Amino acid sequence: MTASAGTAQATRAPRALFDKLWDDHVVVERPSGDALLWIDRHFVHEGSFHAFSQLEARGGNVAEPGLTFGVADHYVPTRDRDHVANPEIARMIDDLGTNTARHGIELFGMHDPRQGIVHVVGPEQGLTLPGLTMVCGDSHTSTHGAFGAYAFGIGASEVAHVLMTQTLWQKKPKRMRITIDGTPIAGVGAKDFILSIIATIGADGARGHAVEYAGAAVRALPMAGRMTICNMSIEAGARCGLIAPDETTFRWIEGRPFAPRGALFQQAVESWWRLPSEANAEFDREISLDASRIAPVVTWGTSPEDALPIDAAVPDPAREADEGRATTMRDALDYMGLRAGQKLAEIPIDRVFIGSCTNARIEDLRAAASVLAGRKAKVPGLVSPGSAQVKQQAEEEGLDRIFVEAGLDWVESGCSMCVGMNGDSVPTGERCASTTNRNFRGRQGPGARTHLMSPAMVAAAAVAGRLADVRPMLEGRS
Amino acid sequence: MKPLTQVLGHACPLGLANVDTDQLIPARFMKRPRSEGYGGFLLHDLRRDAAGADKPDFPLNREPGRSAPILVARRNFGSGSSREAAVYALADHGIRIILAPTYGDIFASNAVKNGLLPAVLDEADVEDLLAALAATSDLAVGVDLEAQRVAWGNRYVAFTIDPVWREQLLNGWDDIDVTRSFSIEIARFRATTELRRPWMKPTAFR
Repeated sequence: MTASAGTAQATRAPRALFDKLWDDHVVVERPSGDALLWIDRHFVHEGSFHAFSQLEARGGNVAEPGLTFGVADHYVPTRDRDHVANPEIARMIDDLGTNTARHGIELFGMHDPRQGIVHVVGPEQGLTLPGLTMVCGDSHTSTHGAFGAYAFGIGASEVAHVLMTQTLWQKKPKRMRITIDGTPIAGVGAKDFILSIIATIGADGARGHAVEYAGAAVRALPMAGRMTICNMSIEAGARCGLIAPDETTFRWIEGRPFAPRGALFQQAVESWWRLPSEANAEFDREISLDASRIAPVVTWGTSPEDALPIDAAVPDPAREADEGRATTMRDALDYMGLRAGQKLAEIPIDRVFIGSCTNARIEDLRAAASVLAGRKAKVPGLVSPGSAQVKQQAEEEGLDRIFVEAGLDWVESGCSMCVGMNGDSVPTGERCASTTNRNFRGRQGPGARTHLMSPAMVAAAAVAGRLADVRPMLEGRS
Repeated sequence: MKPLTQVLGHACPLGLANVDTDQLIPARFMKRPRSEGYGGFLLHDLRRDAAGADKPDFPLNREPGRSAPILVARRNFGSGSSREAAVYALADHGIRIILAPTYGDIFASNAVKNGLLPAVLDEADVEDLLAALAATSDLAVGVDLEAQRVAWGNRYVAFTIDPVWREQLLNGWDDIDVTRSFSIEIARFRATTELRRPWMKPTAFR
């Protein structure tokens, strides 16, 4: 096997943000086009035990313990943490502690005030920075791309590889740019943008691509909304999502615990200003959306691409020309217990979930609370903030009281009911309006029926006891 | 890792699109150590009813699909969660080759790292193969990685695979050994990047 050493030479052609991130991290390139990339940040969680087992089996060491951080999120209970009832879960949480301690990796464990969902904690702690390569054994690592980092999910063998070498072999993805211009109407936000994109291009529409989100509507988003969009890039099949860093990004990062400080921060900002795509940079694919034409969106099926505006009806497989697609739709409707032609806004729900790395930041909780304030939920539900710090801030703002007074449960932070690993799950056959990222069969529990939507739309569904348009509920409220 | 060159055997016509990794292995089974074997969890909730009994009609529960080393699926196979346990479940069940038009990127990479071939077959060829398997369930299917070809009946169709992955699978190479042969380059990169991007390291702050 041959390889040329050194960093990739900058080409004469104008470079996109992704090209710059890639070029900055190439250790060696092979003639076949794949490259060994240096990894700046790595996160491990309870589920990473498979990778630590591989490491032990090889008698390997962790090459750069200072660049890996552990976070307990996937399996942690959201209640009664002093007595973890399930012995298998207790063992996994203990194993994460043992493995990180053994290898000198800093851990934000279950009782740490910095604990939370890895993709909320990384940015919150200032570990996520523009210009970095970031990986984690979790597909939603794409979230961190909102800062202009090349961030992607990896499997256990790759986690072991990063632990042992601080590098990864990668084939350079193609570049796609999705431009969202225009001004969204009230009640429409980042979640509606990304669900609309996935519905437009399909759940594998961005496969093999690094997707950069651009345009006035993206620039206008706060970091929370940018993270929501990049987070669900994986639901469009993308390798990663990216947003060029700007003043919004830098202001957000400054002063966070692990972020550079003082002169080093200024030096970093100077480098980061050089990251955005150059004018005339070429993209393999370009897609444009008009934010003003996007309505609040909900999913009706078992793939994130099965998304429609709330004022639409359940589609009819009989009208679908493609037989394969028609079969998939019939299966989805059967699983979801829906019939063709049924109005989406008439679908009754059994419970709601507000949480996950997609939508559990303080801005998300505020959006849900602004709908729920002074109202009662007709169904039970769970609110799990994105991190212990988000939880604390929400309590300082009184949001917890709004949720509790509406009849929802306010619990600790973790992946919780998004992935159903910690015991928080949707009972078989029940229908859940959820701020999460995947409406896959059984994702929230065996036989669970998931409808994805924004935090404001979940709040509206809770109040109505059915899928509902949030817009009328926002009238007269800020 | 065991090299993979040719496989001749039966094929299981899964035939579903968007089989995400949550379907391949539901999250609740991933707490177990790999040494216990993951084969029984493969497609658990599609394959079994609520009481845990096999659904007799499901392709994976019927011979020859039950013991087939080849799985045929529609688009976007292995999308979703990065869980490598999805590949463990396939591998421990005995699957060595998947034939589908498209894959989730992370899944495909995980498959190769465990010696499984995610062969990319044209959508029309997948449809033809599924139709052939519907007509003759014990059809013999041959997959030749060297020639990048799938054969059944009198049909020969080409498949694609990333050339690096092909080489890795054919030789049974392990990434970590390859990477370690570049340890000098890695050390040099590390030193350079610290000078070039001194802000990269997490600030020590307690």
